[in-house]
Amino acid sequence: MKKNISIKIYELQKKIRCVEEKIANNYKKNKMRCPTHLSIGQEAVATASGLALKTKDIAISYHRSHAHFLSKGGDPKKIFAELHGFEEGCSKGIGGSMHLIDLKNNFYGSTAIVSNSIPIGVGLAYSLKLAKKKNLVCIYIGDAAIEEGVFFESINFSILKKLPVVFICENNFFSVYTHLKDRQPPKRKIYKLAQAMGAISHKLKQDNPFKLFEKLENIFNKVRKNQKTHFIEIETCRYLEHCGTDDDSKLGYRSLKEFAKWKKKDPLIFSKNYLIKNKLMNQNKIEILDRNITNKINEDFIYLKNLKKPQFKSINKLVYK
Amino acid sequence: MKITFSQAINKALTEEMIRNKNLVCFGLGINDNLKFFGTTKGLNEKFGSDRVFETPTSENAMTGIGIGMSLNNNPCVMMHQRLDFFLLAMDQLVNSAAKWHYMFGGKKNVPITIRLVVGKGWGQGPTHSQSLQSWFAHIPGLKIVMPALPSDAYNLLKHSIRDPNPVIFIEHRWLHGVEQDVSKVKETKKINNSHLVSKGEDLTVVTYSLSTIEMLSIKKFLNKNNIFFDLINLNSIKPLDLSLLERSLKKTTKLLILDSISHPICSIGSEILSQLYRNKNVKLSKPPVLLTLPDVPTPTSVFYTKDFYIKKIDIIKKINSLLGKNIKYNIIEKNLHDVPDLQFKGPF
Repeated sequence: MKKNISIKIYELQKKIRCVEEKIANNYKKNKMRCPTHLSIGQEAVATASGLALKTKDIAISYHRSHAHFLSKGGDPKKIFAELHGFEEGCSKGIGGSMHLIDLKNNFYGSTAIVSNSIPIGVGLAYSLKLAKKKNLVCIYIGDAAIEEGVFFESINFSILKKLPVVFICENNFFSVYTHLKDRQPPKRKIYKLAQAMGAISHKLKQDNPFKLFEKLENIFNKVRKNQKTHFIEIETCRYLEHCGTDDDSKLGYRSLKEFAKWKKKDPLIFSKNYLIKNKLMNQNKIEILDRNITNKINEDFIYLKNLKKPQFKSINKLVYK
Repeated sequence: MKITFSQAINKALTEEMIRNKNLVCFGLGINDNLKFFGTTKGLNEKFGSDRVFETPTSENAMTGIGIGMSLNNNPCVMMHQRLDFFLLAMDQLVNSAAKWHYMFGGKKNVPITIRLVVGKGWGQGPTHSQSLQSWFAHIPGLKIVMPALPSDAYNLLKHSIRDPNPVIFIEHRWLHGVEQDVSKVKETKKINNSHLVSKGEDLTVVTYSLSTIEMLSIKKFLNKNNIFFDLINLNSIKPLDLSLLERSLKKTTKLLILDSISHPICSIGSEILSQLYRNKNVKLSKPPVLLTLPDVPTPTSVFYTKDFYIKKIDIIKKINSLLGKNIKYNIIEKNLHDVPDLQFKGPF
């Protein structure tokens, strides 16, 4: 793998974590007054897939979408402003954390109702096909998405029409506080279910984001060429609570042993060590890079101070075009 | 030469497909032998299977897929042979189509037209006969149109397709065979949200969709009995434009709302009454009359539907009481109450 992309893989993960930590550390000031689902612990999937996607590829996502927005090229300032309810937010402060959009980078939107954005992604892919474009649509979903009927309706259509769609299922084992074992039969694998529907299905790991990137890049290239529907399941772990900014592992709903195992193989730490071990960057240079990222995120956050309070009157006309 | 309501829809669809090469039509039954009550005849042959296609029986996903397409430069016409099946798609309609433009700060709009057919008679029963314009009207971000005449269907469909917003186009099954002189069915630059179908001094009648045709079918009889009325047909349910109605009421001061395909609670009729009640310019000389179906689901048996549906005699009784008259309805009905005409043998 080229040095350039290896560093990017580390840098983007670090950036996403920095943005999410910035939100977490400031959430208690009660100025970000909207339900917020952080991606800390899940950055590797967004990073590897986001970097493997081309700008002209489309992505669409669900409620936990900050990482997907950022990895597609989105500006942290737009998230910060959106969460604070300013007109400068990516959705003018109307959508909040669960409704992000960045058309410049073909991030077509994230929505709040589980599985709601799946058919919309499939429809976007139908349009790409009609226009004879050689790009793909990446639909990010969680493990609960496949419990909704619309998932099956949509993947059926996508396979039927041979659409260039890649489903990326981030399986973090929880729907709010409810574990996968209470929601799906224990021996049935999510990716196998998609395979049975007719998708080309894969199960990948997030532990080594560099390997994950290579595998995803390979799959995406195939999809752009062959126009077939793929499904990728990647097990992952969210470090903080489902919605909000606290560590809620003390509540007892998840195994602390299991949780510790995930933290031990944190992809961000793995990536840092990987760069050093492979002599792609030394400790000193990484520290400089880290500092630059942190400083930039701090600046992006400080910029909010100059923003004006928007007026309700200004958005009434947005109900219709 | 005459043109039917379904031929007018077919004409509008064909012309719009030619006009906009990115327009896509889909729905269950769109390419089958019956051609969606004749409304999609020739489309597949003319425009190909990429733009005119049959769908899996997946109402919710197909609505979302239509939204996705319309976000990406492919406006859509989606169609359902019964409105009741579309209830499976409420998430996509309410949470996506209606809100997309607003909740993403006006970044993208959803130009999708959803054709919904409402059934009546021949035992359509509780789940094949619902006309839920009131539900849809409650949702900010949607537009709802309900044509009555072929010329309305033709123009409303064209304007719905060109509208940059999601539009629900509700067509009553019993209107498909309604005929009009072909010269009347031509494109107009603007659509009126309501228009005057007939003129008179005695009372004002508000109707839309099938109820307009019901009222027209007793016009001659009423005129013969020296009763003349303003008939205001609502083309658009949302936005609801009552300016024509307000003007008419100044003259007649008597109001009958024939909301005959709707249940009474939170109906379009009750919305009209609520708006008029709050309007200081409107003064009625008699309490207004709202005629709707009962607050009961549609039964299937022909013995029950006889008293469930509103008949001509019911309308005339209400007009009698509004005008203090006692005209007898003595015309023998040619048709049974549960079919639009004697050729109609169902099954849907």
